[in-house]
Amino acid sequence: MFIAFGAFALGLVIGMFGAVGKLYGGAVAREGLELYTTIVRSVPELVLILIVYFAGADLINAVIGLFGQDPIEINGALAGIWVLGFVQGAYSTEVIRGAILAVPQGQIEAARAYGMGSFLTLRRVTLPAMLPYAIPGLSNLWLIAMKDTALLAVLGFGELTQITRQAAGATKSYFTFFLAAGCLYLIASLVSNFLARRLERRARRGIA
Amino acid sequence: MSESEGNASTEAIHAEQIHKRFGALEVLKGVNLSARKGDVVAIIGGSGSGKSTFLRCLNCLDHPTSGSLRINGEEVRFKPDGHGDLAPASRQQIRQLRSRLAMVFQNFNLWQHRTLLENMIEAPVHVLGVPRKQAIEEGKRLLDRVGLNDKHDAYPAFLSGGQQQRAAIARALAVDPLAMLFDEPTSALDPELVGEVLKVIQSLADEGRTMILVTHEMAFARDVATRVVFFHNGVVEEEGPPSEFFSNPQSERLQKFLSNFN
Ligand SMILES: Nc1ncnc2c1ncn2[C@@H]1O[C@H](COP(=O)(O)OP(=O)(O)OP(=O)(O)O)[C@@H](O)[C@H]1O
Ligand SMILES: [Mg+2]
Repeated sequence: MFIAFGAFALGLVIGMFGAVGKLYGGAVAREGLELYTTIVRSVPELVLILIVYFAGADLINAVIGLFGQDPIEINGALAGIWVLGFVQGAYSTEVIRGAILAVPQGQIEAARAYGMGSFLTLRRVTLPAMLPYAIPGLSNLWLIAMKDTALLAVLGFGELTQITRQAAGATKSYFTFFLAAGCLYLIASLVSNFLARRLERRARRGIA
Repeated sequence: MSESEGNASTEAIHAEQIHKRFGALEVLKGVNLSARKGDVVAIIGGSGSGKSTFLRCLNCLDHPTSGSLRINGEEVRFKPDGHGDLAPASRQQIRQLRSRLAMVFQNFNLWQHRTLLENMIEAPVHVLGVPRKQAIEEGKRLLDRVGLNDKHDAYPAFLSGGQQQRAAIARALAVDPLAMLFDEPTSALDPELVGEVLKVIQSLADEGRTMILVTHEMAFARDVATRVVFFHNGVVEEEGPPSEFFSNPQSERLQKFLSNFN
């Protein structure tokens, strides 16, 4: 859950900058982000996780090697957050970009007409106004983030799934433990859905 | 005392030779227009004659292609924007000007995610730096003034067009504007709601507010304006005080245009 939350949060931050960059950035930023979202969204997550993890680890160790240090063992949870967050960021970028485009242009124009600069407009008008359009997509992403932590098991540091496997392996009652794990995922999803709906209701308070 | 000095103290807006082109289309072909403090200038003209574009050039929402602009005696500084138009040279200056040239839009454009009162205080607090408490008091007073006493905490989308436009006018008043720019403020309203908005605008004219008002309401323009300007094809075709302008139009085009409204 901690990994999922971290990855989701990192994804949100990337998504926010990504969406703004895609919509208002220069040509280079736009092309770069387009490449990022297209590739990340078209390659299967599992493959991507493996690539980013091993490439990332190699890269870090290469950099460290340059400074003459010994290679380090990469912290599992932290790596998980970075890897999943990188993937989530691509989806967040698209969700937020779409939501910003759904904000009526007149709202942004009014902000400019009353003397708001681009940053102030973004902070006071564009971002809060796009929330109601973004929350459904973002809550989906959160569910995916939770479930994707299971994929991290292949790297040997999954959360629930990994522990379940160990527990199941130790006691040999696979079915019970995986059923229990499934139920836990389900409960977490249901709670998330409930919270997302309340958030959405609040964000939509100005929409008739 | 020279004449220009005398003008400087009473002049609110002075636009000279404003040109604006969108690609190959030249929408404004050298518009001259000035307003003294307290003037109510009504702009009329056919669809596509450049009325909105001119209004948007006044606060640089659109960048003029060429021309010069003086607001409240202060020359707006321009530099080429790299697309063949003129961008404001100083963002600081333009932000300051915009925050005092309050715009009222055809489609109200209230911020939907904020209550009416929050709409009132947004620009004063975040652009002008007015203390929040003071802005709230003023915002309440202005909402009451336009007859929205019981709607302070309502969200715009749940109000009628007339109520939204009155709130938008109150939002404009909240920045203590040098001049107010109205772009067809009643065109998006159901006929029965037009009156309530015109009444508010009339009351602003009565208290001597400087206003530039694009409108298709000829009767209202005649009543409220100190001067009427007829746009045709991107230039000012004719202008004058309403009495003469409407009863004795000089140009054939204006005569033809006015005959559509009788
Ligand atoms: N951003 C833009 N890009 C390209 N063309 C534009 C743009 N804005 C306006 N125009 C064109 O400029 C011309 C003048 O438009 P403008 O909105 O100023 O007319 P108007 O006098 O306000 O008309 P109306 O009474 O219909 O509001 C129109 O032909 C319009 O299509
Ligand atoms: Mg117009």
